[in-house]
Amino acid sequence: MSDAALPAAGMLGGCTVRKADPAARFVLRGTAEVAAGASFGVALPSRLNRAEASDPRAALKLGPDEWLLIAADAAGDIPTAALQAQMEAALAALPHSLVDVSHRQMALLVEGPGAALTLNAAVPLDLSVEAFPVGMATRTIFEKAEIVLWRQGAEAFRIEVWRSFAPYVQALLAAVQAENEAAA
Amino acid sequence: MLLIRCPYCEMDRPELEFRYGGEAHVARPVNPMAESDESWAEFLYMRTNPKGLHAERWRHTSGCGRFFNAIRHTVTDRFVVTYKAGEPRPEVKP
Repeated sequence: MSDAALPAAGMLGGCTVRKADPAARFVLRGTAEVAAGASFGVALPSRLNRAEASDPRAALKLGPDEWLLIAADAAGDIPTAALQAQMEAALAALPHSLVDVSHRQMALLVEGPGAALTLNAAVPLDLSVEAFPVGMATRTIFEKAEIVLWRQGAEAFRIEVWRSFAPYVQALLAAVQAENEAAA
Repeated sequence: MLLIRCPYCEMDRPELEFRYGGEAHVARPVNPMAESDESWAEFLYMRTNPKGLHAERWRHTSGCGRFFNAIRHTVTDRFVVTYKAGEPRPEVKP
């Protein structure tokens, strides 16, 4: 373990955990042709387990035919209905499935030099930058909760978690942070 | 932790993300109504249950969500090879 993983002053366990801003979310399923014509505002990634982001929009490829689309516009203006109508119009000729899941899940941001160490208490993936580079996003598990984990920066992760699991994930993260803090 | 290579994600992932899906390459009869009780029971219940290499289905449930096939040694639990659903069973040495 390098020194970089040790907690810094003012950050419990070497990282901070906070809720991300509300956002519109969609699950889009279909072929590569559907992805190319989605008219979402950011190009949908073609490589599995990768994210394309152009703030405030992001597209994560979670399966061979599945994308998670996240959109949060400035000033809390969440463009769910307009965005869905726009994409449905663009995709009208192609077989696809576009489902609004905005209220199904929420996001937590885990940031700081100890972020990977803290997450690894519950996430079984190798979170070193070599194995899980910036821009990688995948569905995985967090102890008993299923999450989508997206590495937004070397020391910044975004967790997309279903609402009912969020208190569980937050409590577990807090417990790990406290333990890492105590051990430091 | 046991690592399983997902042929869709093309990377080794922890076993916790996967679910076992039974023996692979068991073809459902095209017309079940034409099957006798014996042959239907054979399809439904009878499996090879080998001691050694076993072709089986797995699903990357908490990952890309895809079913794929794997050849695993039932004694050592070693995964010899994994391959995409629909591909023929590869030849592997025991």
